[in-house]
Amino acid sequence: MTDSAVTAPPVPVKTRSQWADVWDQFKTHKGAVIGLCFLVFITLFVTLGPVLWGIDPKALDVRNKDVRPIYMALFSGEHKTQWAHPMGTDNLGRDIMANIMQGGQISLAVGWTAMILSVFIGTLIGVLAGYFRRLDGLLMRFTDLVLALPLLPLLLVMMLLFRDPLRATFGPEQGIFILIVTGIGITSWMHTARIVRGDVLALKEREFVLAARSIGTPARRMITRHLLPNVLSPIMVSATLGLATAIITESALSFLGLGFPSDFPTWGKILFDSVDRMTAFPERVLWPGLAISLTVLSVNYIGDGLRDALDPRIRGL
Amino acid sequence: MLTYTIRRLLMAIPTLLFIALVIFLLLELAPGDPMGQMPLTIPPEVKERMRAALGLDQAWYVRFYLWLYQFFVVEPQYWFDAVFGTNLADGAQRIISFQSRSPVFTTIGERLPQTLWVVGMSYIVGVLIAIPIGIISAYKQYSVFDQVGTFVSMVGFSVPPFFSGVLVIVIFSVNLGWLPSIYDTTLVVDSWDTFGLQIKQMIMPVMVLALQTTAQVSRYMRASMLDNLGQDYVRTARAKGMSESTVVLKHVLRNSLIPVVTVIALGIPSIFGGAIITEQVFKVNGLGQLLIIALQGNDIPMVMTLTFLFAVLIVLFNLIADILYGVLDPRIRYD
Repeated sequence: MTDSAVTAPPVPVKTRSQWADVWDQFKTHKGAVIGLCFLVFITLFVTLGPVLWGIDPKALDVRNKDVRPIYMALFSGEHKTQWAHPMGTDNLGRDIMANIMQGGQISLAVGWTAMILSVFIGTLIGVLAGYFRRLDGLLMRFTDLVLALPLLPLLLVMMLLFRDPLRATFGPEQGIFILIVTGIGITSWMHTARIVRGDVLALKEREFVLAARSIGTPARRMITRHLLPNVLSPIMVSATLGLATAIITESALSFLGLGFPSDFPTWGKILFDSVDRMTAFPERVLWPGLAISLTVLSVNYIGDGLRDALDPRIRGL
Repeated sequence: MLTYTIRRLLMAIPTLLFIALVIFLLLELAPGDPMGQMPLTIPPEVKERMRAALGLDQAWYVRFYLWLYQFFVVEPQYWFDAVFGTNLADGAQRIISFQSRSPVFTTIGERLPQTLWVVGMSYIVGVLIAIPIGIISAYKQYSVFDQVGTFVSMVGFSVPPFFSGVLVIVIFSVNLGWLPSIYDTTLVVDSWDTFGLQIKQMIMPVMVLALQTTAQVSRYMRASMLDNLGQDYVRTARAKGMSESTVVLKHVLRNSLIPVVTVIALGIPSIFGGAIITEQVFKVNGLGQLLIIALQGNDIPMVMTLTFLFAVLIVLFNLIADILYGVLDPRIRYD
C-alpha cells in the first residue's frame, strides 16, 4: 500500500473543503440520510403544516367528535371516518392532525432551545476548565457534583415548585416554556463539558497553539480562533444527542402531568391525555408516540452518521 | 486499593452533604406551601400553630441540620433497634411525612419491594439479553444479526418508556387480552396460580425497562468485544490451536467484560430514575409513584428524603464501579 503511494505520479486533485468531505462521508451512512430526510419532513410538517391544513387545533366540533382515523375504513365500514379528519378527532371534536402539528411545534422548539442552552453551558464550562488551569479543578469538581444529582427527580421538583411564579410573571405558556427549557438545559450540559474539556486539554499541547501563543494571541482570540473550531465535531455530536434527550425529557415531563398546561398541546401532553381512553381509541396514543419516537430515532441516526463523518480516521476510507 | 476505597468513601461525605444542601435549598426556595391545601376557614393564628407543629417556623439552617441529624443519626438508631431489640433511639423524632403523618422510612419500606422487583428483575433480564447479543454482534460484525441488533438498540434508545409501555398495553392487554395492564400490588404469592399471575403482570413493565438496558449494555458489549478481538493475544491463542469457543468465550469475553461491568454498575441508579415513568404507566405503586404523589402534595420531607436516597444510590454505584474496575483489571492502579 505504501509502495503504490510512493510510486504513483502526483495527480492534480481538485481542492475540497473540509465540509464537502464531511458531507460525502455523511451521505454514505444510509440511516443518517433517512434520519435527516425525516427530520426535515417533520420540521416542515409542524411548521408549514398548520398553514396548509388550516384547521384550528383548538376548534371544538362536537358533532364530529370521536372520528376514527381514515385507515379504519379499510377494516370495516361501520367506523366513523372522514377525509376531513384523516387522523380522526378527539372526544371534543378537535382535529388530531392539527393538534399533532401544533404539539410538534412546541416539542421541537423546546428540544432545540434546550439543546442549544445545554451545549452553550457545556462548551463554556468545558473550554474554561480546559484552557485555564486555575479554574479546572473547581469547575470539574462542580461538574462531578452535578452528575451525582438525581436529575429526573430534581427536574420534577423544579417543574412543580416553580411553575406558578413563572406563570404569573411571563404568562402561562411563556412561563412554562422558559421553565422547561432552563430545567432541561441546566441538567444536561455535563457530558458536553467533559468531552470539550478533554479535547481542549489535548489541543493545548499541540504546536499550533504554542505558535499562536508565541506571537502573543490573547486568550479570548485563542479560544475563538484556534480552540473552538477544533472542538466543533464533538460538540456537534453531543448536540444531536442533546436534542434527542431534550425531546424525550420534555415529553416525559408532560407525560407525568408536570409539563405544559392541558389546553396547550405538546406530543407528550397529547399522549398523556389519550392514555385514559386508549382502550377505545388506541390511535390517539399512537400518533404522538410515533411522532416522538421517529423524531428521536432520526436524530439519533443523524448523530451516528455525524460521528462517523466528522472522524477523520474513518472519513475517506 | 483499600486506601483508595477509604479515600473515596471520605470524599463521598462532602459530596452527599452538598447534594443534600442543593435539594434542601431548592425545596426551600420554592414557593409551594405545605399548608396550601388546608381549608381557608382555619384562623390565621391556628395556621401559625400548625406551621410551628410542622417545624416550619424555624430558620432554614436549623431545619436542614435537624433533617441531617434525623437522617443520619435517628433513623439508623431505629433500624438498629428494630433488628437487635435495643432502645437506642429512645423515642426520638423520626422524619415524618406531611401527608401521611407516619415516618417517611416506613412508607418507603412498604414501597421498596415493588420497585425492587420490577426494576431489579428488568435490569437482570436486560443484562442477560444484552451480553449474548453484544458477543454475537461483535463476532459477526456487519452480519445481518449485527445490523438488526444495531437497529433494535437504536430503537431502544429512541422509544421512550412512556410510549413503549403504552404500546405494549394496547397490544397485549387491549387487543390480545393476554396480560393485565395494571400491576396489582396486593397480590400475595402463595400458590402456583398466584405465582403465574405475578409473572404475567411483571412481564410488560420488566420488558419495557429491559429494552432500554439491553440497548445500552449490548452496544458497550459489542464495542468492548471488538476492541479485544483485534488484540495480539487473540491471535496467539488461535495460533496455539485453541478452539474458537475457548478463544471467544474465555479469553476475549473475560477481558471485554471489565468495562461492561462498570457500565452495568453505573446504570443501576439511572434505571431507578427511569422506573418513575414506567411505574406511572403500569400503575405500580413503587418509589417513583411515591415521589410523584409527594411532589403533588407538597410533602417536603418525603420529597427530600426520596431525592436524597436517589443521590446516595448514584454516589454509591459510582464508587462501586470505580472499585470494581480496579479489582477486575490488574493493570489499573489507583495508588
